[in-house]
Amino acid sequence: MPLLEINGLHATVDGKPILNGIDLVIEAGEVHAIMGPNGSGKSTLAYVLAGREGYEVTAGEIRYDGKDLLEMAADERARAGLFLAFQYPVEIPGVAGTTFLKAALNAIRGHRGESPLDAMQFLKFVREKAGALNITDDMLRRSLNVGFSGGEKKRNEALQMAVLEPKMAILDETDSGLDIDALKLVASGVNALRAPDRSLLVITHYQRLLDYIVPDYVHILADGRIVRSGDKLLAVELEEKGYGAFVGAKAA
Amino acid sequence: MARKSTPFADEALVAGAPWIDALRGDALACYREQGLPTARSEAWKFTNLRRLERIAFAPSPAKGTPVAEIPDGIAALDGAYRAVFVNGRFDAAQSRLGDLPKGVEIGSLAAVDPDLLEPYLGRIADTQVHPLAALNTAYMADGLYMKLADNAVLDAPLHLISIASAGETAQRFHPRHLVVLGENATATLVESHVGAGETFSNTVLEADLGVSAMLNHYKLQNEAPDAFHIAFSQIRLADRASYDGFVLQTGARLARNEVRVQLGDRVECRLNGAYLGRGDQHIDNTTFIDHTAPNSTSREVYKGVLDDRARGVFQGKILVRKDAQKTNGHQLNKTLLLSRGTEMDSKPELEIYADDVKCGHGATTGELEEDALFYLRARGIASAEARAMLVAAFLSDAVAEIQAEQPRAAFQAVVDQWLDATEASTR
Repeated sequence: MPLLEINGLHATVDGKPILNGIDLVIEAGEVHAIMGPNGSGKSTLAYVLAGREGYEVTAGEIRYDGKDLLEMAADERARAGLFLAFQYPVEIPGVAGTTFLKAALNAIRGHRGESPLDAMQFLKFVREKAGALNITDDMLRRSLNVGFSGGEKKRNEALQMAVLEPKMAILDETDSGLDIDALKLVASGVNALRAPDRSLLVITHYQRLLDYIVPDYVHILADGRIVRSGDKLLAVELEEKGYGAFVGAKAA
Repeated sequence: MARKSTPFADEALVAGAPWIDALRGDALACYREQGLPTARSEAWKFTNLRRLERIAFAPSPAKGTPVAEIPDGIAALDGAYRAVFVNGRFDAAQSRLGDLPKGVEIGSLAAVDPDLLEPYLGRIADTQVHPLAALNTAYMADGLYMKLADNAVLDAPLHLISIASAGETAQRFHPRHLVVLGENATATLVESHVGAGETFSNTVLEADLGVSAMLNHYKLQNEAPDAFHIAFSQIRLADRASYDGFVLQTGARLARNEVRVQLGDRVECRLNGAYLGRGDQHIDNTTFIDHTAPNSTSREVYKGVLDDRARGVFQGKILVRKDAQKTNGHQLNKTLLLSRGTEMDSKPELEIYADDVKCGHGATTGELEEDALFYLRARGIASAEARAMLVAAFLSDAVAEIQAEQPRAAFQAVVDQWLDATEASTR
């Protein structure tokens, strides 16, 4: 059974069709990349998967880990192991990073039937993960993402992913706004999480990220459909030829 | 002209010292002339007192202190001095005022020689601007008397516990508090207003701070669900005095807390607050900061959360008079609405006559941010918990304005309790 199976997915935002029939199957342990030009529906797909309100699915279905994903609320999906690394992580003044992460981790542990970690256990666990991503105690204590640079926010997303240990992680343009050093740091954090029982869906505009997070499969998204699928070499070909060669309407 | 209504003015005035008799007589005339405020009056546009008139409040007993235990909901202040009042009457048995430091007098206003009160009582508050404060002046019987001599220091907070208590019959009363700090004197006063039953407490507090005096003044209004709480405080700050004020309103059916502050030269004034309303509560915070002299700073931050059908009012006026050059004034009012049935009326007002001043104000009213809520939920945090985290975050910097540590923790605990109840009700 695939971990994620998307069949004929159509979705609208404010009544406007954005996804026009997506089919995608991701098996456990696989890394898939979705590449596409601006406006192709990449972020919409990410939000539909994560369960954001305002994204209306008008046709199709999504099976996740044997369940009907569209029947599940956003927080249920997260507790069931689905994780979205945000393109623009939200700043939340007044909520300390550690408070947030502890609440999230214990919600997910509860769902897995594990006992909640106390403050000491939690801090030890988080510090181990944070060190590898160069995240200081001060960053953890501060209000969530408030005053963080673009790179710090993305590292913080990677930390959350490392702490919450999802089955299916969706990375929405994780490379945007990152310099090369930050990109390498985040990518190595993500790569450390690659595992036979964990799948990744990497959404990106540029091939660059895929030099560091090497995918098993690459899909090209245009006008809300997957127009071409291939292995990692497809990303290289795309980089050479540009989206025009793959996007019918624009090539014409 | 519309008919004027003057309820609660049927009691005979108590005779005393001639100057008090005159004060009472003038105040009653003032009340009769203005009547109970209505929405036609600009100052009462958003707070309707008609409901008060429909309840047959009996005047609280003329003699003696009613018996009532201190209910739950007061600020937790271990080690504080305690002055307890039941329906405005001093309750010696439940008060703890032993071993006061040198130069500090605290007790029942009714027990003080009127000659000592004459320079202050009724001289600090502009009760003619507030008909119910005038009514209080006409019928005042007792309240807190707190006087610190020059350089005196109150070594622990004074906790004024005001219990509004009614059984079968609804009760009305007019507590009158007087706080006088001599030059360079320092004190912390915490008020907890609690109670049970159908009550109408109509409180006036007058405070006079001498040169370089310092007062921390924190008020918790946590009265019973059927209570009406009308309070008027006026604080006069002499040169170089500093005042740290905070008002947390979370109780009562209808509450209006009005604070007026007058600032001398080089005064540091902080007047902050928070309000938490649910059910059908109506909570009004009205403030007036009067910069009369140069070089003073005022900071005012009021933040509130309203749920269900609760209604909030914030009216904040800052007046900078012609002589008040180099004034620095900051005002902010932010309200979070948790439900569609809520309403917030926010009216900031700056009136500036000096030309070399820095004054700013802002007011926002909004719902929880969907982006933030989604972010929390996308990490597995359930909706009710996520909302509670965001509401707590919104309020976290409100109570943080309180400068004194122990009262800050006590008020935060009250806020946390309110938040827990909100989270439980949305599950």
